[in-house]
Amino acid sequence: MAATESTVKTVREMERYKYGFETDIEVETAPKGLNEDIIKFISAKKNEPEWMLEWRLKAYRLWLTLEEPSWQKVKFPPIDYQDAYYYAAPIQKAGPKSLDEVDPKLLETYEKLGIPLKEQEILAGVEGAGQPDVPDMGSNVAVDAVFDSVSVATTYKKKLEEKGVIFCSISEAIQNHPELVKKYLGSVVPQGDNYFACLNSACFTDGSFVYIPKGVRCPMELSTYFRINQKNTGQFERTLIIADDDSYVSYLEGCTAPQRDENQLHAAVVELVALENAEIKYSTVQNWYPGDEDGRGGVYNFVTKRAACRGNNSKVMWTQVETGSAITWKYPSCILQGDNSVGEFYSVAITNNMQQADTGTKMIHIGKNTSSKIISKGISAGRADQTYRGLVRVLPKAENARNFTQCDSLLIGSDCGAHTVPYIESKNPSAKVEHEATTSRISDDQLFYCMQRGLNQEEAVGLIVNGFCKDVLQTLPMEFAVEAQKLVNISLEGSVG
Amino acid sequence: MKNMAPLIEIKDLHASVDGKEIIKGLSLTINAGEVHALMGPNGAGKSTLSAVVAGREGYEVTGGQVLLNGKDIADMEADERAVAGIFLAFQYPVEIPGVGTTTFLKAAINARRRARGEGEIEPMEFLKLLRAKQKELDIPDEMIKRPVNMGYSGGEKKRAETLQMSMLEPAFCILDETDSGLDIDALKVVSDGVNAMRSPDRGFLVITHYQRLLNYIVPDYVHVFAGGRIVKSGGKELALELEEKGYAEFTEQAA
Repeated sequence: MAATESTVKTVREMERYKYGFETDIEVETAPKGLNEDIIKFISAKKNEPEWMLEWRLKAYRLWLTLEEPSWQKVKFPPIDYQDAYYYAAPIQKAGPKSLDEVDPKLLETYEKLGIPLKEQEILAGVEGAGQPDVPDMGSNVAVDAVFDSVSVATTYKKKLEEKGVIFCSISEAIQNHPELVKKYLGSVVPQGDNYFACLNSACFTDGSFVYIPKGVRCPMELSTYFRINQKNTGQFERTLIIADDDSYVSYLEGCTAPQRDENQLHAAVVELVALENAEIKYSTVQNWYPGDEDGRGGVYNFVTKRAACRGNNSKVMWTQVETGSAITWKYPSCILQGDNSVGEFYSVAITNNMQQADTGTKMIHIGKNTSSKIISKGISAGRADQTYRGLVRVLPKAENARNFTQCDSLLIGSDCGAHTVPYIESKNPSAKVEHEATTSRISDDQLFYCMQRGLNQEEAVGLIVNGFCKDVLQTLPMEFAVEAQKLVNISLEGSVG
Repeated sequence: MKNMAPLIEIKDLHASVDGKEIIKGLSLTINAGEVHALMGPNGAGKSTLSAVVAGREGYEVTGGQVLLNGKDIADMEADERAVAGIFLAFQYPVEIPGVGTTTFLKAAINARRRARGEGEIEPMEFLKLLRAKQKELDIPDEMIKRPVNMGYSGGEKKRAETLQMSMLEPAFCILDETDSGLDIDALKVVSDGVNAMRSPDRGFLVITHYQRLLNYIVPDYVHVFAGGRIVKSGGKELALELEEKGYAEFTEQAA
C-alpha cells in the first residue's frame, strides 16, 4: 500500500499545476529594465498618440517619487524593477482581421489550458460561415483573449457592435475611441493612487476596454483570459469598463499561468465606471501559478481594482475566487458616489502551502442611502497565511448609509494563519454598519461522516470547503461557478493528512 | 460466486481511544441475512465499536481482527470500508453547511460506482431512485433541498440517515442508537425503512439502549454488551428480559 500511495502522490505532484507549461513562440521584447526610453518603446510599439505617451511618462515620473508599500502583512524579498522585461508581444502578421490569421500555437495554448467554457469553439468557430449569428447556450460568452501582453483576438465583435457595445483591447480603444479613454482612464484609479497602480499607468501593455451605451443590456457575458507566458515579463493589464446610463454588463476575468521558478510581477489596474441606473457585475477566477510547496516561484499579484458608482441608483458587484499566486495583494473597491448606489463584494480566497494573501475591499459611502455588502470566505491550508483587510468608510453626507460585512475563515491543518482586519469609519450618525466574523476548522466529525459515505479525504475536504464558499460561488455566472468549484478542489489537494 | 465466509466476523477485538482500552476482547459473527441487536448500558463502548468497525481515525485497534467477507479490513481507510459495503447510520448525523443533500448523495453513489469502474450516475436515474426512496421514507422535497442535515429535527435526521442507507445499498449496516431522539411515529417510519432493506444478502447490527426499537426491527440475535465485550447472547426474547431486569446484573458481571 505504501508503494501505491507514493506513486499516486508523485503523479499528483506532477499534475499539481497542470497549467505549468510554456508555449514556444518567438517573442519581441523590450530590453530589460524600466526607464523613459522603455516607456517610449512601448508607446511606439503600440503606435500610440502623443497624449497617451505623455500620460505614461507623467505616471512614470510620479512613480519614481513613490515608495513600495509595506503596510500589508505579506512578506517577499525586494523586487528589482530593473531586472524585468516590460514589453513582450507574440509576433504575428500585422492586424489579424480574423482568427485564422492568428498563430495556431496560440490557439493550441488555449486548448491545452482546457478552457472549459465554449471559448475554444468560439475562438475556432468565428470564421465558420454563417455561424456567429446563431445564438446558442455556449455562444453567450464573448472572449477578448490576451496572450502575454497583446490582445490577439476579439470575438463576437459584430454582434456586440449591433448593440453599440464596444469591447476591444485598450490599445484599440486608444486608437479608435480616444475621447472615451481620455475621459475615463485614471478617473477611478488616479496615476499616483498607489505604487503598483502608478507603475501600471506608466507601462501597461494591454487589457480590455468595454463601453456599454445608454439603455443597453449587454447581450452576453464578456470574458477575458489572461496568461503570462514570457520569462520575467511583468504583466501590466489595464482594464476600463464604462456602463453608461441605464445599462448592464457582466464581465468575467479568468487566468492561469505557466510554471516558473522566477517570481513574476503582475500589477493590473481595473477601473469600472457605473453611471445613472447602470449595473456592472465583475467576476474573477484567479489561478496564477502559486509557487511550489516551499514557496519557490509563483506570481506576485499586486492589483488595484476599483469601481466608481457615479450615477444615482448604480450598482457594482465584484465576485472573486482567488486560488493562485504566491502573493496576492488586492482590494476590489467601490466608491458609492451616486445616491442609492449599491456596492457588493463576494470573495473566496484559498491559500495553500506557502501562499500569502492580503485581500479584501473598500466601500466608500458618499451618496445618500448608499448600501454595501461584503461576504468574504477565506480558506487557509498548509503553511499559508491570509488576511482579510477591509475598509467601510461613511462620509458625512452619506445619510442612511448601510453596510453588512461577513468574514468567515476556515483553517485546514495547524500551520496556517487567518487574520481579519476590518476598518470602519463612520462620519454620519444615521449610518448602520454591521460586521460579523467567524473562524472555524473542518471538524473531524464532518470528515468522518463524509468518508463513511465513501468519499475519500480530498473529496470530503473539497465538498466541505465548497459548501463553506457557497454563498460566494453562487454569485458567479453559471459556467464560471462550475469551473470555480473544480478549482477549489484542485487548490486544496494534499492539504489534509 | 457466493462467498462462504461470514459477512462480518469480529475476532477478539481490543480497541483503545486516547490510550484507554474500551473494547476488551469482543467477538461477534454476523452472516448475510441476519439482524443482530447489540444492547448495553451507557458507556459500555457501543459507539466506540461502531466507530472502530467504520474506521474512524483516532480509534486504535490493539488486538484482534475485523473481517468483511473473510477479508481483514485493518488497513482500509474509512472511505474504502464504506465503498466495500459498511454503512454506519450515525447516532448524531453531522451537519455540513452549504452542501446540498442531493450533491452529497450523488457524491456517495459515484464513489461506489467509481470503485466498480463505472461512470457517474445519470441525473435522471439518480432522480428516479431518490424519488422512490423519498416516498418510502416520507421525506418531502423541501428536506432534500436543504444542506446535509441542516436544520433537521431529530426525527428528520434519522429519516435522512435511513434514506442514505437505502440509496447506497450497503452489505452491512450498523444502526447506532437510531432510536434516540425519535418519537413513536418517526420510529415507525425509520423501522419500516430498515425492514424494507432486510434481505438475504444484507446483515444488520442494531445498537440500542432500549428494547423499544426491537419491537419494530425484530432481531434474529440479541447480544448484551457490557464492560467492553459481549457478556450474553440469545434470541429476541433476551431483549425483553433485559427490559425487565435492566443491565445491573451484567455490569456487575463485567466488572
